[in-house]
Amino acid sequence: MNSLITLSNINAGYMANKPVIKNIHLDVKANDFIGIIGPNGGGKSTLLKVILGLIAPYSGSILYKGTSDHTNINIGYLPQINANDKSFPIKVIDVVLSGLMGSKGFFGRYTKEEKTEALRLLQFVKLDQHANNAIGKLSGGQMQRVYLCRAIINNPEVLILDEPNNFVDKHFEAELYELLQELNKRMAILLVSHDIGTISSFIKTIACVNEELHYHNSNKISSEILQTYSCPIELISHGKVPHRVLHNH
Amino acid sequence: MQDIFSIFQYSFFTNALIAGLLTSILAGIAGTYIVSRKIVFISGGITHASFGGIGLAYFLGLNPFLGAAVFAILSAVGIEWTTNKANIREDSAIAILWSLGMAIGIIFVFLTPGYAPNLMSFLFGNILTVSTTDILYMLVLCIIVCICIVVFYRPILYTAFDAEYAKTTHLNTTLIKYITAIFVALTIVFSIRIAGIILVLSLFTIPQATASIFTHDFKKMIFLSIGIGFIGISTGLIGSYYFNLPSGAIIIFTLILIWALIKAGEKIRNLINADNP
Ligand SMILES: Nc1ncnc2c1ncn2[C@@H]1O[C@H](COP(=O)(O)OP(=O)(O)O)[C@@H](O)[C@H]1O
Ligand SMILES: [Mg+2]
Repeated sequence: MNSLITLSNINAGYMANKPVIKNIHLDVKANDFIGIIGPNGGGKSTLLKVILGLIAPYSGSILYKGTSDHTNINIGYLPQINANDKSFPIKVIDVVLSGLMGSKGFFGRYTKEEKTEALRLLQFVKLDQHANNAIGKLSGGQMQRVYLCRAIINNPEVLILDEPNNFVDKHFEAELYELLQELNKRMAILLVSHDIGTISSFIKTIACVNEELHYHNSNKISSEILQTYSCPIELISHGKVPHRVLHNH
Repeated sequence: MQDIFSIFQYSFFTNALIAGLLTSILAGIAGTYIVSRKIVFISGGITHASFGGIGLAYFLGLNPFLGAAVFAILSAVGIEWTTNKANIREDSAIAILWSLGMAIGIIFVFLTPGYAPNLMSFLFGNILTVSTTDILYMLVLCIIVCICIVVFYRPILYTAFDAEYAKTTHLNTTLIKYITAIFVALTIVFSIRIAGIILVLSLFTIPQATASIFTHDFKKMIFLSIGIGFIGISTGLIGSYYFNLPSGAIIIFTLILIWALIKAGEKIRNLINADNP
């Protein structure tokens, strides 16, 4: 199967000579569902930003469908949010529509169908009555749902989600995972989460980022694996017993 | 008070009013952008850096506003460049730029032989001495800015809201950021004529603060700010004429008074609403 995104030997970071992620190899193919786990500060968000072309790597190569041009691929992105930094005067529906911006170009205008689609997505995440409210009026969880709509409105080939379940409530989380499985039929998904207990039941592969990336070609994860990959994560801090995870698929 | 319309027989007053309208439009658009992006402090740096250009232009015998425009654009682009490169503590860099601009300006003004220029009008502005040429320049800038914001409304809005995300949709955010930075710089420089270096940023922020009481929508905020700004400027103009006080200060005072009254009105309304649910 053809690769959508291929990272080879990537080193990247924010300050010269201080790489945050090292020797990363990653191959994203159509219909992949990769769960990315790792400790806080391990470089998960940094890896996603490198993939998205937001951070230029120090060395290594990234190919998008075989070329180095990142406009060659349509990626949907839900960034990791910190709950209270958005007091920007923008309407919720406009935030969702901004997901279509790239395909529109500088002179883009939105059609009625696109606005209807934005409303439909908002309805799905139960925020349609907030469509004309300011984004800053929403709670962290509601904001994340809006950003989810923004990420998927353009029907991307790869969907990248950075801790989408941070603020959303448990009830919506279940619906979110259901939606992701549905979307996975059409697009590859990269999902960062610290809650491997939940995600291991439906992801196809698991990758652990702790400076380096360790790829585990299955969704089962045990404490031995975590140890060999030096991936000290929430198996322990969430009080989740590895056995439960193992059975949970 | 005598017939208010009699002051329109003076061409300087009509000029001032037109300049006030154009400034309200420019400051309404650029100010909403500045306030929304939370770059008021950066804009302060750009404003004060432009004083260096004014001093240098005086020294070289050029138009001081040309100097101001060059300095403002260079510092705006420079700040955008450093923030893109990161790794520099932005607020300290801006504070340095801020005082460096003022220092350069003062040094050159003192080095300039002959008469001392009217520093007060640069620091505090004087809308009543706006010439027809000034108005023409403002009109051109105003038309360009209006066309840009109408045509490129969404790319500008989305880049301001979340530049990182906008970039992932393949929007050329770098280009948008640099161009908007240049326009913000130019808009500030043209408004220095009205309110002076020290007061100009209040034209870009107080109407927005008032507007944000009523709306949280970017477009509506622009329109409201323009309206509030123009009410403030024209009221201030008339006031400064009748009381013979510096126009810049009276305009700012009026704008703050409007904000305070509306804010108080909102508080009272909330109190009443809380009493009768
Ligand atoms: N904008 C930034 N500038 C400098 N360092 C950063 C920046 N963002 C993250 N880092 C550093 O990079 C490391 C990895 O961060 P991140 O990728 O956010 O980790 P994770 O998402 O796995 O929690 C951390 O040590 C963090 O301090
Ligand atoms: Mg992160």
